Amino acid sequence: MIRFEAVSKEYPRSGLALNDVSFELRKAEFCFLTGHSGAGKSTILRLIHMADRPSRGEVRVSGYSSHKIRPREVAILRRKVGFIFQDFRLLPNRTAAENIAFALEVTGARRSLIRSRVAKLLAQVGLASKAEAYPSELSGGEQQRVAIARALAHEPMLLLADEPTGNLDERATRGIMELFRSINAAGTAIVMATHDLDLVRSMPNCRVLELDQGTLVYDSHSEG
Amino acid sequence: MPRTLRDAFAAFRRAPSLTLLSVAMIGLSLFAIGLFAVAAYNVRIVLDTVEARVQVVAYLRDDAPADAVELALAEVRAFPEVLEATYISREHALEVAQQELPEFRALFAELDVNPLPASIEVRLRPGQRSPEVVGDVAARIGAYPFVEEVQYGREWVDKVYLLRRIAGAAAVVVGSAFATVAIVIIGAAIRLAIFARRDEIEIMRLVGATDGYIRRPFLVEGLVAGLAGAVLALGLTFGTYRIIFNSVFQVEWVPDTWVASGLAAGGILGMVASGLAVRRHLRDL
Repeated sequence: MIRFEAVSKEYPRSGLALNDVSFELRKAEFCFLTGHSGAGKSTILRLIHMADRPSRGEVRVSGYSSHKIRPREVAILRRKVGFIFQDFRLLPNRTAAENIAFALEVTGARRSLIRSRVAKLLAQVGLASKAEAYPSELSGGEQQRVAIARALAHEPMLLLADEPTGNLDERATRGIMELFRSINAAGTAIVMATHDLDLVRSMPNCRVLELDQGTLVYDSHSEG
Repeated sequence: MPRTLRDAFAAFRRAPSLTLLSVAMIGLSLFAIGLFAVAAYNVRIVLDTVEARVQVVAYLRDDAPADAVELALAEVRAFPEVLEATYISREHALEVAQQELPEFRALFAELDVNPLPASIEVRLRPGQRSPEVVGDVAARIGAYPFVEEVQYGREWVDKVYLLRRIAGAAAVVVGSAFATVAIVIIGAAIRLAIFARRDEIEIMRLVGATDGYIRRPFLVEGLVAGLAGAVLALGLTFGTYRIIFNSVFQVEWVPDTWVASGLAAGGILGMVASGLAVRRHLRDL
């Protein structure tokens, strides 16, 4: 489903972010990206999301190649690839329900469909009672749940998460990880970047890719 | 489309001061263009009036055969450059002279013989009054054997033509300078609006909105702001025109088609500036 082939990424200002990285992810896989900050974790997520193109090599996601994908196709791909961030990125002037609905509105979904889908998503992330709350009225963990619900709006095949628990306390983190586990169990692949090794150890069956200064130094999969 | 409209007006509602600022900026820059248009239009009217007086007069020999003159008149009227050609008989010329030159009336009355020649007066079509064309027409008329002399005030024609060219060039240079400034200002105004909504745009992209979808409400916003700015500019220009008309001197108001194209230009300008600003923003993201 995702294939990196000898991918390097160089940014004009900060230099080489990824150096000759190759790996492959299967459908419904749960994969951690680990490494120090600046190791290239976020770069890999951005490349999967086609927010950046590789300087060398090729990224393939769900049949789309980084060489050939057109802007319109990027938009369509993103409906199948949810993205979650450390800082949630919710719109402050919209309620939880409106934030989730926003993802459906931009693809032109019908209103009746949006309403029922939003209700279902809120229930799925355990926030059915907070539909009308604004982000400022929610805790960090709740805000991240709203962001996850938004990412799930289009029933994605893949969820990208960039340090999703970075701003959360331990209890909220556990809740989010449990939510991820159930999402993954339902068939959605997850790629989660984190530098929290305890979190990685808590989920021993997951794939782990470790990066160091842009180079892939460890792949639990290849060690079998 | 309803979604696009809803979004555009929601943006107005959410940031009214920003929108009013954009409209004011657009209005003021179009106001400058409006004043320029009124000035340019009045200069044009003056030049047209002056130029309309350009005429070629061919004085005929006394022995010119009437049928040949008749034929020549028909031919001259058929020239594509010619608006009208009038035959002035010697008697008519005398009559006109007596009327227009009253101080010589006594002198004319005492004459036994009419000293004035018959002539053909030729007026040219608008746009056919350049020195080259006038000279060319004069030469062709002068070629008839019964034409004694052709006059057309060469210096006058040259000067008017030069003035028109200077005015035309000035209009192009000053007009495009104003238009460029207007586009830059409108672009800056819209960029402010986009900047205020950059988080929203980023999230739209994140969740898979196409660039076209993101751009549309901004285009509508640009169109509406441009139109509102144009209406404001029209009001300011008309107000200024009335003040000048009442207190300084009588100038002409521009034709309705100019007003209509000014309003349309405001809308289109707003839309184009908005489109460019969003495109740039989306590319940089």
